[in-house]
Amino acid sequence: MKRGLEGPPPEDRPTPAGRRNKQGIRIDPEVEATHEPRRTVISALVAHEPGVLSDVSGLFSRRQFNIESLTVGPTKDEDRARITVVVEEPDPGIDQIKKQLRKLVPVISVRELEPDAMQRELALIKVDAEDPAQVSAVADMYDATTVDSSTETATFEITGARQKIEAAIDTFGQFGIREISRTGTTALARGTEETAAAANATESTATEANRDEPYQTANDD
Amino acid sequence: MSERAAKVTPADEEEQDDDQITDSAAPDAAQEIDAESETTPEPVTSGAEAVVRALENAGVEHAFGVQGGAIMPVYDALYDSEIYHVTMAHEQGAAHAADAYGIVSGKPGICLATSGPGATNLVTGLADADMDSDPMMALTGQVPTELVGNDAFQETDTTGVTTPVTKDNTFSSHSDTVGSDVSEAFALASEGRPGPTLVDLPKDVTNGETDREPDAPSVPETYEVQERADEEIVAAAAERIENSNRPAMLLGGGVIKGEASEACREFAIEHEIPVITTMPGIGAFPEDHELSLEMAGMHGTGYANMAITHCDTLIGIGTRFDDRLTGGIETFAPDAELIHVDIDPAEISKNIHADYPLIGDAATVVEQLAEAVDESPEATKWRAQCQQWKSDYSMAYDAPEDEPLQPEFVVEALDEATDDDTIVTTGVGQHQMWACQYWTYTEPRTWVSSHGLGTMGYGLPAAIGARIAADDDQDVVCFDGDGSFLMTLQGLSVAVRENLDITVAVLNNEYIGMVRQWQDAFFEGRHSASDYHWMPEFDKLAEAFGAAGFRIDDYDEVADTIEEALSYDGPSVIDVHIDPEANVFPMVPSGGDNGQFALTEDQL
Repeated sequence: MKRGLEGPPPEDRPTPAGRRNKQGIRIDPEVEATHEPRRTVISALVAHEPGVLSDVSGLFSRRQFNIESLTVGPTKDEDRARITVVVEEPDPGIDQIKKQLRKLVPVISVRELEPDAMQRELALIKVDAEDPAQVSAVADMYDATTVDSSTETATFEITGARQKIEAAIDTFGQFGIREISRTGTTALARGTEETAAAANATESTATEANRDEPYQTANDD
Repeated sequence: MSERAAKVTPADEEEQDDDQITDSAAPDAAQEIDAESETTPEPVTSGAEAVVRALENAGVEHAFGVQGGAIMPVYDALYDSEIYHVTMAHEQGAAHAADAYGIVSGKPGICLATSGPGATNLVTGLADADMDSDPMMALTGQVPTELVGNDAFQETDTTGVTTPVTKDNTFSSHSDTVGSDVSEAFALASEGRPGPTLVDLPKDVTNGETDREPDAPSVPETYEVQERADEEIVAAAAERIENSNRPAMLLGGGVIKGEASEACREFAIEHEIPVITTMPGIGAFPEDHELSLEMAGMHGTGYANMAITHCDTLIGIGTRFDDRLTGGIETFAPDAELIHVDIDPAEISKNIHADYPLIGDAATVVEQLAEAVDESPEATKWRAQCQQWKSDYSMAYDAPEDEPLQPEFVVEALDEATDDDTIVTTGVGQHQMWACQYWTYTEPRTWVSSHGLGTMGYGLPAAIGARIAADDDQDVVCFDGDGSFLMTLQGLSVAVRENLDITVAVLNNEYIGMVRQWQDAFFEGRHSASDYHWMPEFDKLAEAFGAAGFRIDDYDEVADTIEEALSYDGPSVIDVHIDPEANVFPMVPSGGDNGQFALTEDQL
């Protein structure tokens, strides 16, 4: 008895010329096109209710989105909280993050901030203070505030963009760093622009999602 | 009575004593008011009554569940309700039954379970509904709020455990608002892209006094759904369709859930566009229509896979481009510009880049497209090519009478013996694929299966849910595998108790057949843990449950036995001993090229 089905075998079938890349985008078969990951800040306005943070962090872990930091805090409206996430993903991944975040029921609006948005982080750095004069000179360089000091250690508070914090940690390194605690990035859009709008959020998100993807294609056949 | 229900902690007993005081006032009042009028229900007095009132207000008629300590107050309130509760043998079955009820009726299916093991037993069913976007709501008991977090008896962090597998879930925190929590979860389950929701009900919240009537079902303000697609993109997509020479429609489960089957049929027929479906999309388009190419993907038809590989314009509606459909992304419809219609913006360009993203309700957007497309595409040659593929890659199979019974024959025989509106449910595995391939589906909501999660054991509990949701004159047939059936066959006790007219055909090859097929193809025939050596006699097992049992070994028994099983008024099980070496073809290996599907094992 013959098993299987009749028909031309695979090698006798026509094959199409086209190809897609890993992101499912049609590409020129001759060219390798992959998107490079980039770092960006996404701000989400959410309902201030139990479980939102775990919803958001769970989403990131189960969908394998790479996050650098995630912060959450209250806003001027006591029913709303703001979550700021720094992510590193290729463009299609960043689009997915925004859409998947918006899908969570307690999420009110989501926005990717411009690269020039105000981004700040706070760090507490505890160093050996055997040479208090030098330590304090470095602290001055970075506008660090002394939070605690003893005969053996000094702890400084530094705020600023991530690069500044990293530089400060590098420089303090010469004295011997005992411990560091960092908050992760929090951010706001500049000027009159709203960071993540509280009203009409869905309309804009849905339209935005539509516009994310150019509907004129690059390579017509 | 389940062991679970029997185990009551001293704390629970005390609470129940308290309840009896509160409850004792209610029954007298209930009888008086019931006698007067059915239109003015008596006011609620407890959280549990508010939960049941919310279900009644939402129009819920049936629920599936299993009793247990922490959910007892809700069941007590249900005792006085018109809602018909089907007591299941296992919570997983309750979840699958509710899921299937949702698929067949279009309204959220309801399942109930107690805390701890009751809730964790629902998880597979919730994950199944989540993957397939089926409308469903689970209500779970929880230990009293003051014990939450203390590792109390039968305590599980149910909202924590179910967050990744539900559309949304809620821990109910107050007797005054618990009814409205249920209303909201009910609304969320079906609004927009459907999915499972869950409300966790601590026992003090359901036992607590309240006179607050639940709000009407409505979704929270933060949840908004776009119904109509952007007109500009619709116009561009319409132009693309008019100018295409090799168009194809790909109908997914969203077409059925969005009640867009009719609109899609009209569109396809008017413009003579060949139609492919995904597995959840089966029934969206009549498979006996000449434009139908049936299902594409891993075990899709050769002609559907050829068409999807070679089309220049793919109109994907209500599909999420799952890997079992696409095979390798690089070779999926590589020449096609994709017009993607979906109600969930997050599905757009998730797996396959959408050249024309149309976010909205499937029926609405297809109407928009229908208005925008003036001229049908010039695709005569393409249609002829599709017909040629249909004959080149026919699904005709070899079934000599002197060889063991082939499963395809059994599927076709059952299809012939039943009406077009018959509902088919399945487990997961080879039998499921044969049920896809060899049954001719013509109507939406007649195909009930576990697509995305691939849950073995789905078939029988799904048949129970489908039977309850179906019209009385509709037949319900469940195809199961021997391995799949063994996972949930305790549901037969429910089918017998409820006298549900279901016909189960177990395509028995004494293997986990799909795994055996893969082992033969990819693991040098090493049948590790797939060969069952011994199987119970399912016909006798069915009889032990009180159902009718039948057995088929040969071709000449097929027609008569099927007739007998179908005419039995109640659950019947046919143990069909098929060729244990039968394989499912065509087959695209995982991540393979759809156009290179194998027709025989040596082509893999």
